Parts: sequence; C-alpha cells; structure tokens
Amino acid sequence: MQKEEENKPKTIQLDEVTVTGNQEISPDVYLISWKRMHDFQPGQVVKITDDPAFPPRIYSICSGNKEDEIRVLFNVKEGGQLTPRLAGLIPGMKIHVSKPYGSFKDAKQPACWIAGGTGIAPFYSMFRSGHADNKTLIHGVRYLNHFYFEDELEEAMGERYIRCCSQEQSCNVFPGRITKYLEEKNDLSPDINYYLCGKALMVVEVRDLLISKGVSFENILAEIYF
Amino acid sequence: MKDSLFGKTLTELTALAIDNGLPRFAGKQMAEWLYQKDITSIEEMTNLSKKARESLSSNYEFGLIGSTKVQESVDGTKKYLFPTAKGKFIETAMIPDEDRKTVCVSSQVGCKMGCLFCMTGKQGFQGQLTAGEIVNQIRNIPEWHEVTNIVYMGMGEPFDNLDEVLKSLEILTSEWGFAMSPRRITVSTIGIVPGMVTFLNQSEAHLAVSMHTPFDDERQRLMPVQVAYPLSEVIHEIKSWDFGRQRRVSFEYIVFKGLNDTPRHVRELAQILNGIKCRINLIRFHPIPGTPLEGTDENTLQKFKDQLNDKGILTTIRASRGLDIYAACGLLSTKELLA
Repeated sequence: MQKEEENKPKTIQLDEVTVTGNQEISPDVYLISWKRMHDFQPGQVVKITDDPAFPPRIYSICSGNKEDEIRVLFNVKEGGQLTPRLAGLIPGMKIHVSKPYGSFKDAKQPACWIAGGTGIAPFYSMFRSGHADNKTLIHGVRYLNHFYFEDELEEAMGERYIRCCSQEQSCNVFPGRITKYLEEKNDLSPDINYYLCGKALMVVEVRDLLISKGVSFENILAEIYF
Repeated sequence: MKDSLFGKTLTELTALAIDNGLPRFAGKQMAEWLYQKDITSIEEMTNLSKKARESLSSNYEFGLIGSTKVQESVDGTKKYLFPTAKGKFIETAMIPDEDRKTVCVSSQVGCKMGCLFCMTGKQGFQGQLTAGEIVNQIRNIPEWHEVTNIVYMGMGEPFDNLDEVLKSLEILTSEWGFAMSPRRITVSTIGIVPGMVTFLNQSEAHLAVSMHTPFDDERQRLMPVQVAYPLSEVIHEIKSWDFGRQRRVSFEYIVFKGLNDTPRHVRELAQILNGIKCRINLIRFHPIPGTPLEGTDENTLQKFKDQLNDKGILTTIRASRGLDIYAACGLLSTKELLA
C-alpha cells in the first residue's frame, strides 16, 4: 500500500498546450508542434497525451532549443493507442505535455550520431541547436522518403551526413542497413562518443558491432524507442 | 482461428457464457476447469451441458499450448520452449529447490530494453504475450501442481506488456483461478515507472527492480531505459510505498568486475536506498557472446555482500541455476528460431 502521507495517487505533471502545427512529412510520419514553455537540452524527451485519462507516451524533442516551438516527430502505429489520435489533431486543439527531461544529451566533444528511422529526432534537435560542427550523422531507413530533413542536413553537414537505405537505392545513399555500412568501415574512432537512437534491434546490433570494432561500451550512449 | 478460453478472466468467461446462451454461473465453472483441473478440452467440462459444450467448441478452443522442447540441467533446472500463437517462441525456466519449485515466466517475445548484459535483448522485440500465453507457461509444464513460486523474470519487460501481465496475475491469484498467494509471485521490472505504479496499485505481488548500479551515468551505459526512466524517479516512487510487512521490494544487482563492485557503490547504494525496507539480490554475471563485461570474482562478491549487510541492507547472493542449458539469469533467447 501507499504510505498514508502520500496516499493520493501520483499524477505526472502535464501542461495543457495548444497544437500549432501537425504536418505529415512522409506517409504516416508527422511533425507536431506547440509553443515552447520550458528550456531544454537537445536530446531530451517529453511525455505527451491527448487525454490526461490515458497514460502519456515519451517522444524525443525534434526542434532546436532556441526555437519558439517544440516539435515532435512520430509515426502512426497501426492499432496504437495514441499516435492515430495524435495524427488527427489540427492547430488549435489541445494536448498535454510534460516538461522536457532525460539524459540523452550531447556534449561538445566530437561524436557520431547514429539514427534509425524516426530516431533522427534527438539528433535533429542537436543539429538545430548548433551542436553539429564536430559530429557525423548516420541515418538508416528502409525507404528513401524516410530521410526526414535531408535537404537541410545535407546542405549543412555535407559528407558528415551519411544516409543508408535498405530497400531502395539512390546516388549518394549507401545501399543497405546501418550495420552493413559500419561493418565495411575500418576507420571508426574508438576515442569519440557514439549516440544511438532507434528501435531495440537496430540499437543492440549497432552497439554490438561498435564494441566488436574496438569502441568501449562506455563511449556508447543509447536511446531505444519502446 | 478460434479464440482461446484459456487466459480469460472470470469476468470475461461470464460475459462469454451469457453471450453463448449459457447460465451466468457457467463462467465460474469454466474458470475452475481451465485453471484448477487436469483437462485439456472443452468436451471434458462435464458439468456443462452437452449442448453448451458443443456451442462453446464451435466458437472457442481450450487454448493450452504444449512445449516443443525441454532441456534439463545437471542441477535439475529445466528449460521449456513454447511456441506462441503468432509463430514465435519463448523460453520458460523451472527451478527446483529443496522445498520449492519456482517457475520463471516470459512476458514478451524478445525485449525492447536492450540491456548490455542480457541475451534476450539481442534478439530485439518480436511481440507481446497474451495473459493465456503467460499462464500457459505454468499450467502446461508437468510440474504445474507442484509450483510454489512464480517469478516474472524470463524474456521481456513485464511492465511493457502491463495489461496482459496484470490479467495473468489476476488468473494466478484469484480463488476461481490458480488461487496462489500473491506473496509467492515476484514481478521484475527494469523500472518503467507508470507500469510499476499501476502494478503496485492493482496487484499484491512482490516487486523486483533491476538496478545494477546506483549511478545514473553508469546505468545509462548498461541500460538504455535510464534515459526515459531514471533510477532516481524509480526510487522516489518506491519510497512512497509501504514495503516490509507482507509485500517485498528487492533490487537485482548483477555484479561486474571493476564496474559496480566498489566501496563507492556500497556507499551510494546505502544512501539512495535509505528509508526503503528492501533486499538486494546480487547476481553473478553470466557472460554472453561478444560482451565487453566481466563478472566479478567470488572473493569480491562476498566482500561486496558483507559491506552492504554491514550498512544495514539485507543482501543475498542468488544461486546461478541452469547455466549449462542457458537457463540462468540473462541467458534466455530464441533468436536462432526467428524466421
């Protein structure tokens, strides 16, 4: 039982905010936004729900920390409890969000960012916050139209922006999964930090691969979407 | 494909009985057949009318799923391989001891949590188990009448499949179900706080939390979940609950050489657990392929245990069981069976 002095059920502190945009940037992938109310560090997450009666879900922030709006990237999960409803929101409607939190935070040191699919979100936030100068970004997707923000990233990061696509081919895009790209790469620096974000299997496989190539697990920071 | 009766709660069975033109009390009769008796078919539910059984059989199956492989360790531990309805496989361990038999059940196929030290995480996540598939792991082993304890420490994170786990606990602990005491059941979590709170509110079973280090930066490298649910948040929540009389909270702690077995860790553990009536279970690390981690030596392990006990934290070392058949803690995996 809960201790008497704290007998009230704990509720997660959520603020009601107004949706300012909700754009489908790729089939079933949306970028939802609202006015920024709190400072945050790029890489942090927020909890979101459209109805406080339902438990919130956690999403990485996908916008710069000096921008007026907070944006979140999500894909619609078939049969999901929240994302189909989130996809239906239009500007002016309300959602409930937590303060930003989380420890998946970038440092000033050189690093390699490795993202699978919508796992690009925290890295795009770091990029938009001006942290990309000494970073390499590797983004792995299944289809070419899943390279969200690619024009902007390509222009700013040039050859430090590496795209891997497993199901389709295009010039300047590595044909295959991130793991294949990393397997073929023989100049991975063991001295920098590696940030991983995406689904469990991608993160675990990439982490194992990096470790097998001499990167210490202490230099690998992972965020898994679950 | 017919729906399964096995895995349904009394409420669901009662509703199902009414929907099928059976008397309301047929729900309880079905529950007793499903969870308390040694039958495997609807036809054997002999206190239901023949017509009722025929009606049920046309729409439902009993729903037990047999294991397809059993391995036995030199220490008597058995590992069962069960297929799931969706064509995947899960593993279940049965650990015999002098006076008890503990079943370690899986709650998911694979796992999303990606802990650095765990074999299950290496196969990624393939799907959720239903309550029926969870309870089936107990009901469908030869020792099911002798099972004294159940631990949700197999494949998967229970609170990432909360609804089905809670349903399985209801079936296991209700009078109409297995009628087990919730004090014989422990659910282990990596620390998914919302699920943990709901579990603490809705179940009386014991709680175990995978901690493995008291320091955030170290835990983040071992357990990616730390990013979303920091240990401090988990501990803060646990401190608001009254453990210690009937209900127990324990912390699981795999001891890695040079990483989390130092006096600094003892001091921090004593500090963050101050005020919680709890136990720490120290676990020997069972190496998995390609791991950069190493288990601590026996001498350091004993010393670490003694130091924690000296600080007033009840600390024990869990015996490693079923190592030779990969049934020990952190070794369950069905990766080689993935299509």
